[in-house]
Amino acid sequence: MSSPDTTTDEVHETDDAAEPAVDDTRDALVASLADALGDALVSSEVQPGVDVWVRVDAGAWVETAQTLQGHCGMVYFNFLSAIDWQPSPFGRDMDAVIDREDDGEPAAPADLEWGITGGEQRFQLLARVHDPIGHLGVHVKCDLEGDPPEADTWTVVYPGADWHEREAWEMFGINFRGHPNLVHLYLPSEFEGHPLRKDYPLLARRVKPWPGIVDVELMPGQDDADDEADDGEDADDS
Amino acid sequence: MTAPTQTRQMAYIAGQASDARVNVELETEGMTLNIGPQHPATHGTLRIIVRLDGERVISAEPVMGYMHRGYEKLTEVRTYPQVTTLINRIDWLGSFANEVPFILAAERLMEIEAPPRAQWIRTALFELSRIANVVLFLGDMGVQLGAITPVFYAFRDREFVLNQIEAVTGGRFHPNFDRIGGLKDDLPKGWVDETRGALGRIRSFCDEMENLVSGNEIFQARTRSIGVIPADMGLAYGLSGANIRASGVDWDLRRDGGVGLVHDQLDWKVWTHPDGDSFARYWVRLQEVREACGMVEQILDGIPSGPVMAKVPRIFKVPAGEAYVETENPLGIMGYYVVSKGDLVPYRVKIRSASFNNVSITPWVLRGVYVPDVISILASLYFILGDIDR
Repeated sequence: MSSPDTTTDEVHETDDAAEPAVDDTRDALVASLADALGDALVSSEVQPGVDVWVRVDAGAWVETAQTLQGHCGMVYFNFLSAIDWQPSPFGRDMDAVIDREDDGEPAAPADLEWGITGGEQRFQLLARVHDPIGHLGVHVKCDLEGDPPEADTWTVVYPGADWHEREAWEMFGINFRGHPNLVHLYLPSEFEGHPLRKDYPLLARRVKPWPGIVDVELMPGQDDADDEADDGEDADDS
Repeated sequence: MTAPTQTRQMAYIAGQASDARVNVELETEGMTLNIGPQHPATHGTLRIIVRLDGERVISAEPVMGYMHRGYEKLTEVRTYPQVTTLINRIDWLGSFANEVPFILAAERLMEIEAPPRAQWIRTALFELSRIANVVLFLGDMGVQLGAITPVFYAFRDREFVLNQIEAVTGGRFHPNFDRIGGLKDDLPKGWVDETRGALGRIRSFCDEMENLVSGNEIFQARTRSIGVIPADMGLAYGLSGANIRASGVDWDLRRDGGVGLVHDQLDWKVWTHPDGDSFARYWVRLQEVREACGMVEQILDGIPSGPVMAKVPRIFKVPAGEAYVETENPLGIMGYYVVSKGDLVPYRVKIRSASFNNVSITPWVLRGVYVPDVISILASLYFILGDIDR
């Protein structure tokens, strides 16, 4: 694999001069992970003085946890969740009066755009572990394949991952192999669907427009050039 | 046979033997007891199904979701300023503290920094939320163990703090006062002196609690060596706040990684306790309230002058990116992982709330304890249902 530092060119510049441009601690952490995992470390990003992200291969998901806990001092389990990178077909623009203009087919699926450290699949696991002595935290991401997406359980390494994985299972439909008790956590046991998936409609918004929409309407006489509301149809009155 | 295997086998046999002793000597039948969702010890609607053998708990399974409101989904259809209204209701006893990490995350994405005065007032309100929250715990813990008086004192003295929060924000419980780039408003006239008075009341309340509750012989008998959580277990389960500091872990985000707040400019101390039992959790929180009083007093002396709001756009369109900010809230670590796609609304917000992790250890820590200790352990872990269910 290429050097783990290749993706750090997206680091946003802070205008604080005291901010260190190079973060030795976090770079060292990424380097030691790269040593232990080899090609399974897909990409990484360090925001100097702020945070660090790594993305690993799904096959090395548990190995990553073991390495972080055993060799990097990351004994504190912070959280585990997931991100659905497929934008909602119903639209979530605050400009829209209702979520979807008509009752026709959902719009064609938009292209996937990933955030920090990139991605390959629709579902990404996101976990954070922390070193309570060195005061350093790391985000671990992992692309999940398959339908339903599958991952190995972290409960063998961090017992605290138990409820977090149950939550991710019911909210995103991610199947955790080897989880001791994969049942509903919040929702009733007969509940169908995975609410935090982007294609799960928020029914309250389908029935009635959100009254808070007035907060983002333009004030009378306000030019829409200086605020960033990107509605193209009002551009002709300038 | 290798040594580790042998040790593990010995531990297994010892565990079997102790189980067998309970089963054979008492010859009891298993019984399932349902605690909650309407039990006073559950602070709302936490339900715990415990399997009993005599007076001893074999297994405990918390059942949540009676108050699940789906905030992670709702944040995806709210603009950034609207989100604070929602997240006020996560930990409803220390509401202002809920807003702070989210606002800090949004500020990091937008590369805005609040002016110094706003940061100082934020920290003052943050610590006042902590006092309002934890004071209630200090009284409530007594109620769980049969002493009804402390909770009246707690409600009485908490009111002085809530009045001060209300005087600034207009809301006793749901301030909705933190804004991206600063605060909604400046402090009202005369607030600083009144707050000093309120803090005096809280200090004397702490002394009262020390005499009335933590010095009480029955209280100590009910809490000492009960519900011991070793540091490594607490860390692996993600416990935070006073719960982990009571297990001897010297870790406080206000000191070790605070962003956006001014705790590093104040003179204060992180309290820990080596025991890890229910009493230690009570004791650490008691000291933290005193510490918070000291912090607010220093802030009142040192608030710089200046504006309370940075120059911000009227419509918050947050640049694409991801940010995670966590702070040391009254209940423990609270963090928001915000994913923005350059829109008016967040693309995804992961809410990492303290109580969710704190309560996730209950199946482990309740195993093998006696029924009355279930109540004292739950009370000492101190959770808010809104903070579990979100």
